[in-house]
Amino acid sequence: MSHFYTDVDHFALLPAILLALFGCAVFLFDFLLGERSRRWQLALVLPGLALTGWQLARQGEIAPFTAFHGALTIDAFGLFFNWLFLLTAGLVALLSYRYLEVEQEHQGEYYGLVLMAQAGAYFLAVGTELITIFVGLETMSISFYVLAGFLRRSRRSNEAALKYLLLGAFSSGILAYGFSILYGLAGSTYFADIAAAVGARPAFDPLTVLAILTVSAGVLFKIAAAPFHMWAPDVYEGAPTAVTAYLAVGSKIASVALLLRLFLGPLGTARAAWEPLLLVAAVVSLTVGNLAALTQTNVKRLLAYSSIAHAGYLLLGVVAGNATGLRGVAIYAGAYVFMTLGAFAVLLGVHGEELGDLNGLARRQPAVAAAMVVFLVSLAGLPPTAGFVGKYYVFLALIEAGRYVLALVGAVYVAVALFYYFRVVRCMFLEPAAEGVARVGLSAGVRVALGVTGVLTLGAGVYPEPLLQWAVRAVLK
Amino acid sequence: MPWLTALLALPLVGFVVLLAIPGRATGAVRLWANAVLLGGLALAAPLWTAFDRSAGGYQFVERMPWIPSLGAQYLVGIDGISLLLVLLTALLGPVAALASWNAIAERVKEFYAMLLLLQFGMLGLFLSLDILLFFVFFELVLVPMYFLIGIWGGERRLYAAMKFFLYTVAGSVVLLVGIVALYWQGGQQLGRATFELTELLRAQLPVETQRWLFWAFFLGFAIKVPMVPFHTWLPDAHTEAPTAGSVLLAGVLLKMGTYGFVRLSLPLFPDAAREAAPVLAVLSIAAILYGALICLAQQDWKRLVAYSSVSHMGFCTLGLAAMNANGLAGSVLQQVNHGISTSLLFLLVGYVYERRHTRQIADFGGLAMVMPRFAFVFAVAVFSSAGLPLLNGFIGEFTILQGAFVVNRAWAAAAVGGIVLGAAYLLWLYQRTMLGDLRNEANRELPDLTAREWATVLPLLGLAVAIGVYPQPWFAVLERPVLELAGRLGR
Repeated sequence: MSHFYTDVDHFALLPAILLALFGCAVFLFDFLLGERSRRWQLALVLPGLALTGWQLARQGEIAPFTAFHGALTIDAFGLFFNWLFLLTAGLVALLSYRYLEVEQEHQGEYYGLVLMAQAGAYFLAVGTELITIFVGLETMSISFYVLAGFLRRSRRSNEAALKYLLLGAFSSGILAYGFSILYGLAGSTYFADIAAAVGARPAFDPLTVLAILTVSAGVLFKIAAAPFHMWAPDVYEGAPTAVTAYLAVGSKIASVALLLRLFLGPLGTARAAWEPLLLVAAVVSLTVGNLAALTQTNVKRLLAYSSIAHAGYLLLGVVAGNATGLRGVAIYAGAYVFMTLGAFAVLLGVHGEELGDLNGLARRQPAVAAAMVVFLVSLAGLPPTAGFVGKYYVFLALIEAGRYVLALVGAVYVAVALFYYFRVVRCMFLEPAAEGVARVGLSAGVRVALGVTGVLTLGAGVYPEPLLQWAVRAVLK
Repeated sequence: MPWLTALLALPLVGFVVLLAIPGRATGAVRLWANAVLLGGLALAAPLWTAFDRSAGGYQFVERMPWIPSLGAQYLVGIDGISLLLVLLTALLGPVAALASWNAIAERVKEFYAMLLLLQFGMLGLFLSLDILLFFVFFELVLVPMYFLIGIWGGERRLYAAMKFFLYTVAGSVVLLVGIVALYWQGGQQLGRATFELTELLRAQLPVETQRWLFWAFFLGFAIKVPMVPFHTWLPDAHTEAPTAGSVLLAGVLLKMGTYGFVRLSLPLFPDAAREAAPVLAVLSIAAILYGALICLAQQDWKRLVAYSSVSHMGFCTLGLAAMNANGLAGSVLQQVNHGISTSLLFLLVGYVYERRHTRQIADFGGLAMVMPRFAFVFAVAVFSSAGLPLLNGFIGEFTILQGAFVVNRAWAAAAVGGIVLGAAYLLWLYQRTMLGDLRNEANRELPDLTAREWATVLPLLGLAVAIGVYPQPWFAVLERPVLELAGRLGR
């Protein structure tokens, strides 16, 4: 080892460094300038994200490459997910601006934490070493614990933060335990070494199975898949809506990237051991998520259950186990980002979260209601929307793998999901508004976010080719 | 000239432009929507003469890459079968819009926006020759129809809209899995992935595969038709929908199911289809008889017309089950006939409802005395629906029965029972509403058909007579595609 720290290492770290740097800058400016700085925080966040994007684009020019002796792998897969994180963080920042003002919690730390969470997520998509991944995961999770409790005066927000912290810490512990077993097997924390060690053992080797059990428990918790989904409804409902959006999208997608890295990388040879596990998790997620969502009256909670169901579809793509399935996961992840952020943007735009708050929205704000229909149709998975393309690929992958029954189960739950998504539509279009509900002006941030997510959701449905091409490149290995 | 694309794009462009018109300018909104839909009719009508009846295959085909990595294309074209249904759609669109001129006073802009979007979806479905494109349009019509029923419908509109939506989606998700599986199996056989219908027709699927796929497609289409026992969404949706919704639902949307059978299920899975023919026939006969019997018990004028669709669509599916040239040609022509006669019935019920705000048959009687012109039109509609010779319904049903008779005499015999029952409930309906004494004083002052209402019913009346008196041109259009399909099915 001639170089301890090379230029390539630096280059590979740069996006995370930038994110952390700008995050710290936000903390610092808030501390030094106080109230006056608060109006300008967004002006600090967006350039930070833009610079990160620039670095990602530069990385894309020479990818794939590894850094830190294989601890980081910058490849199309990692970049794909990092672009999704970037889009998510940018839209969440835009969405949060007016929201924090209204909630009178306009604090500098908020945007700093958003950037820090993204810095952690960066490592989940490109990390190929256990310690790196774990540090990234914790950086992200701790940021989210704080963000979930950001409405200090709200009891629900505090409750959400505490629940998430306690359960999250527990799941991290289990994950770390799994990592320690993998280290014990390989004598190394690098994916390449672990892959060799696991590959040298039978798939159902007791130690491998124990590692798989604990690692899946930790990862499934993070993506809010059953049976480790219990926290999601409470935390989603209690957390500030903008944070819920970030949690539902950023945290979930980052953890999906982690799941793919781990299970297709070092644990790839033990597929026979983990595939049934993920299969059960997927089907239970679909069932629990879709059935529990049927009776919800709080839209945030409804979207929490629906996000559990979406975790099920993502897992089905992994279970299919072919190239189409991986493409499906990537496409589904992209579609999920667009449509879920869009749906939360609508909730933030109308400052409501109960179904009743949406009554008569079509009369007050027809454009917002129409956008919400697009997002809900996409979430349900009907054409011509991004959600349909994602589901299409997952079904195709399952059929290619000969798993017709699974494809049918997934398809039937589309009809179930439609029922609860269209309860929201029914409130917006068919129910009269309550007395004295005023039209709420949309902030510029919400307008931009609605526009971007709306165009992406519909655009990727009508003309999916660019998204498909991009996803195909991402999972080409 | 990209004729079909222009035809398809017109309502979509009209929809986008409509969104820019301020909602308060209801007059402008109405004028624009009617103009766009009439323009669509003007654009579609010349297809009738330009269409080459002696040429096989698809005509006016336009092709553009859409999703190259999946092998999906923007591929539109028509043969005789789709020509008739495209023309029917192009005609019923403006009729439905014109019929709503006064009936829709609330949320006018949204109403016509949904009507235009619906027209786009319906035309797209009949024009698509790419199966993925077909499916997109199959689903696209649901959302505007959901809103048409849910916002402007009758008392139980919320229930009816959701029921319609969920039923159809439940079928179509299974259809989607079937399409994906067909795409995969066909791709394996052909060596390249494609959704192109004519390409997939070349794949030789094993019977076992065909069987699975046929029943997956069956579920999607049978719910749409609807065939017994999947019909329970229909009476609610049709009864609660506003007049325009009922007209398009009965006139066009139901045909999407039968069209799906003709265009996809039968030619793609001929062996499985032949096996399934007895099941289709039994379900069809059940629909014919059961629908007719239920009609006899209806107290609600509109609900009676709704149930009559179950019975009449049974004839269309019976023709499909016969799977020979007569049965298929009769089935397609009867789809058009049903679109004409049931639309007439729904329009007339709608006009009475606008005047009296009740649909109970018992509230009427003797209307012929106060509304003689209305009574005349209603008589023609009833006779056409009942299948009286020299009107369109007769020739369709007759040809279907011919086709069924060759295959199995019992099918034809049972279906004839349906015709008798159909005449009974329709004539009884006519007698209870139009004839006799004017029992209800509230009906004494009812105005007769207005000029606008005449404009909506006249083209349909004209077609009903034209098809009934001289059906030859209609069969001439159908001849080639039907013979080809019957050949594929080995009949």
